[in-house]
Amino acid sequence: MNQTILAQYLLSGLIYGSIYAVIALGFNIVYNATGIINFAQGEFVMLGGLLTHSLSSVLPLPIAILSSVTITAIVGALMEIIFIRNLGVLVKGDGGKGGVMQLTIMTIGLSILLRELALKVWGEQVQTVPFFTGNESSSLSIGGAHFSPQLLWIMGATALIFLILSVFFKYTLSGQAMRACSASRVGARLCGIRAEVMVTLSFALAAGIGAAAGAVTAPLTQTHYAIGTSLAIKGFTVAVFGGLGNSGGAVAAGFILGIIESFSIIVFPEAFKDIVSIVILLAVLLARPAGLFGSREASRLKEF
Amino acid sequence: MKKKDYTPLVAFMSVSILIPFLTNIFQVNFFLTQLTMSAYYALAALGLCLLLGYAGQISLGQAGFFAIGGYTSAILSKAGLDPRLAFVASVLLAALVAILIGMPVLKLKGHYLAMATLGFGVVIEKIVRGTPALGGADGISNVPSFTILKDLRITGGKADRLSNYAIAFVILSIVLILMINLLSSRSGRALRSLHGSEDAANAMGVNVANTKLGAFVIAAVLAAIAGSLMTHLNGSIGPGEANTMKSIRYLSIVAVGGLSNFTGTLAAGIILNFLSLRGVFGIYDDAVFGAILVLVMIFAPNGFGFAFPARFGKGAKK
Amino acid sequence: MQVSGFKFARTAILFTMMVLSAQVFAATIKIGAIFAVTGAAAYLGAPEEKTARLFVDNLNKDGGINGTKVELIIKDSAGSAEKALSFAKQLIDENEVVAIIGPTTSGESMAIRDYCNNAKIPLISCAAAETIVEPPLPYVFKTPQKDSYVAKWAFQTMKDTGIQKLAVVASNTGFGSGGKAQLEKYAGDFGITIVLSEQYDPNATDLSSLLTKVKSSGAQALINWSIEPAQSIIAKNMKQMNLNIPLYQSHGFGNIKYVEAAGSAAEGIIFPCGRLLVADLLPDSNVQKKLLQKYNQDYKAAYSEDASTFGGHAYDALLILTTAIKNAKSTAPDKIAAAIEATKNLAGTAGIFNMSATDHNGLGMESISMLTVKNGKFALYEKK
Repeated sequence: MNQTILAQYLLSGLIYGSIYAVIALGFNIVYNATGIINFAQGEFVMLGGLLTHSLSSVLPLPIAILSSVTITAIVGALMEIIFIRNLGVLVKGDGGKGGVMQLTIMTIGLSILLRELALKVWGEQVQTVPFFTGNESSSLSIGGAHFSPQLLWIMGATALIFLILSVFFKYTLSGQAMRACSASRVGARLCGIRAEVMVTLSFALAAGIGAAAGAVTAPLTQTHYAIGTSLAIKGFTVAVFGGLGNSGGAVAAGFILGIIESFSIIVFPEAFKDIVSIVILLAVLLARPAGLFGSREASRLKEF
Repeated sequence: MKKKDYTPLVAFMSVSILIPFLTNIFQVNFFLTQLTMSAYYALAALGLCLLLGYAGQISLGQAGFFAIGGYTSAILSKAGLDPRLAFVASVLLAALVAILIGMPVLKLKGHYLAMATLGFGVVIEKIVRGTPALGGADGISNVPSFTILKDLRITGGKADRLSNYAIAFVILSIVLILMINLLSSRSGRALRSLHGSEDAANAMGVNVANTKLGAFVIAAVLAAIAGSLMTHLNGSIGPGEANTMKSIRYLSIVAVGGLSNFTGTLAAGIILNFLSLRGVFGIYDDAVFGAILVLVMIFAPNGFGFAFPARFGKGAKK
Repeated sequence: MQVSGFKFARTAILFTMMVLSAQVFAATIKIGAIFAVTGAAAYLGAPEEKTARLFVDNLNKDGGINGTKVELIIKDSAGSAEKALSFAKQLIDENEVVAIIGPTTSGESMAIRDYCNNAKIPLISCAAAETIVEPPLPYVFKTPQKDSYVAKWAFQTMKDTGIQKLAVVASNTGFGSGGKAQLEKYAGDFGITIVLSEQYDPNATDLSSLLTKVKSSGAQALINWSIEPAQSIIAKNMKQMNLNIPLYQSHGFGNIKYVEAAGSAAEGIIFPCGRLLVADLLPDSNVQKKLLQKYNQDYKAAYSEDASTFGGHAYDALLILTTAIKNAKSTAPDKIAAAIEATKNLAGTAGIFNMSATDHNGLGMESISMLTVKNGKFALYEKK
């Protein structure tokens, strides 16, 4: 196999990888703030893509993207306020043993509802979003391998989101407050942090990131009402692989998984490609639930 | 000492016997077909009820075991093996897979267990969908009927409607009796102790790992039995039976029927599937089950179904 | 025990039911339809359902069949075989339909085929698999063209343009598997070697790694056999990867939305298809032209979207069925089945139907034309 072909496999690995990474980031935010795995994260990505599609016909593309991110963030916040907060378990002390499981199950139900709502609004047809630069046939080249310029946008967006999140969590008051909440809810409240607001904020943030991911990947992958489900499964595979709660780990794991999947097609039929990621998920869960980069202690603390 | 409470069983059996008379009177005998199909789906949900409601272990992979049961029966009986033997083989295979998967996976807790079982279900679906020898995306059709005794067959024909209804509900009743007996036995008490606190159970001498595995295997076996018999009833099976959405539906059924309530789960399973198979939910089929999950989690997060109060182990639940 | 109360209630209910059913019994011809309106096969099922409703509405406006109105009972199977089976039994045993059209997918069709045949109710499937009618069952028919014919047309064009090494990709669905099997069967007859043959997940959102494998296989052309939006994704990925070999598609490409989704990457795609999409370009002498144009117009007027060949399969099913009922002058299912089998020279959207005891599909090689995409629109493919 010559170098060009190798480079080509690598590039498509990067495409998959960045899509997975940015979804996993969304999972981690909610997980860090609440301990819940939000199965509806995939639906936020779907909403980002579909909203951008609809809005881009009446607004200039950048505004359309910003609007869809904002709208989805609001949807995420509303979802939390109406449904998750209702259980109240999260803010009463340190969460009952059953509380987090119930909430996770609820997000499964919510993801289904969001999907059906999208079906009602946008129909079953697949929708497209304009490419940010060039069009669907544009092609750039590196080392003999060719790829769409949109890939650079996706990787750029992933990097930007990651940077913004790091800055947010480390240097801003809200970000630090969220971290305080995830470490110890009681302690945080003692410091005057309102845990309920932090939880809502985390959902809004995760939703916004998911939507941004959806908007930037939609030109390449097309979008329709049902893409959320399989994206969610890949997303949390990557999140677990990288260590639940570890954003840097998620990004790295995303790229690693993407590249593994891409090269796997050399020996494995494409039809079974998804099995590769599931097997990795199962292996990680059984051998090292902390993931590649998570700390052993952190994973023990997060046991339910 | 807990007395065996047979009231729900008696209620269930009475209603089951009453139904064919009612359908006859109201000239809706065709309902029996869909009731029979629903009964088998409810059986798979019953397995999850034991696993989740009593052992406290979540599984999003029941559909995978249903498919293992169904596909094994389909392939073996089409290859010429007596369906009775094929049935036994498919149940044994499901049990074996459950042991192999369960041993490592049940060490996980909460989310991780949910994800692992979800992953298992997805793998099964990908395998049956992607393998031409297993029928690929079209599944396997022309599966022969299952002759239990001389004239008693599991098959989908109109003439066999009533007998198949009877077979299904007799099986459900038998399983229900076995479950009730299991729960009031020593193993059953060990099982119920898990849900309260695994550490406490351990301290009391319960072999936690084996007990969990036992519940997992029983759930898998019930799903496989359901899958196998359904395949003969329908004469076909497809990769759709292993779909994640199916596993989620079983979860919804257990949630609304009452996490630790067998008859509640059976009733919910039969009613919901019956309505779904008749197309009552129209294009909102999946949405209904999603809404059920959300609503039950809001209004009854500790596992007591809406309409059917739990009968067992009230105190042991969180 | 209130025996008399119970008897009264029973009588009252029976009476009410009789009155209600009398309304319905006021002479309508009941036809059942099972389509995957939602779910993974919705790309096919939704247009089929819309077409079916439109057809029956127009038919009833014109007075129905021999003066009797048609009642179409549609069920959404969401692509699920067990629901299709449940609905088939419901339609036959409960609604007492005289015939069923659909289902949408091959898997569902295979699941209900035997039941309908044993119940002696005619079934006209809108699914593609050849096994649905081979070997033919007396009561089972289908309207889409044979996959083997579609494959042979594609191969002939490839042979004419000197292609000898072909890569085949297909989606992991019944449609894809069926097509792939036919491609592998007949490639040799046209001097073509298949250097790569793979199936991909129908939900795939990016196929660049598969296409990399195609690139390294040395194939001179690629044919993709699927009904999903993956058809557009492949076209785009190829351009992005600078994989500049001819791209062939199957008749699953027969929807302008896929061309739109692929944008500039759709130019030059070649695919065998029925002539619905190029109705305006046909000579006036063409037997199908008027019917195709009317279908295109009516569908667009009713649903604000372009018609596709998928919806056409439902159109043909209803056309064949209602024509057969008309000719048989009876609604007895066995007579209908016989009349369907006797269909001769009936112009539908997919072609001219000529059925027989051994051919329960009725479309020949001439039902298909080679189409291509020029300037974002469908055009007839011209040999260079």
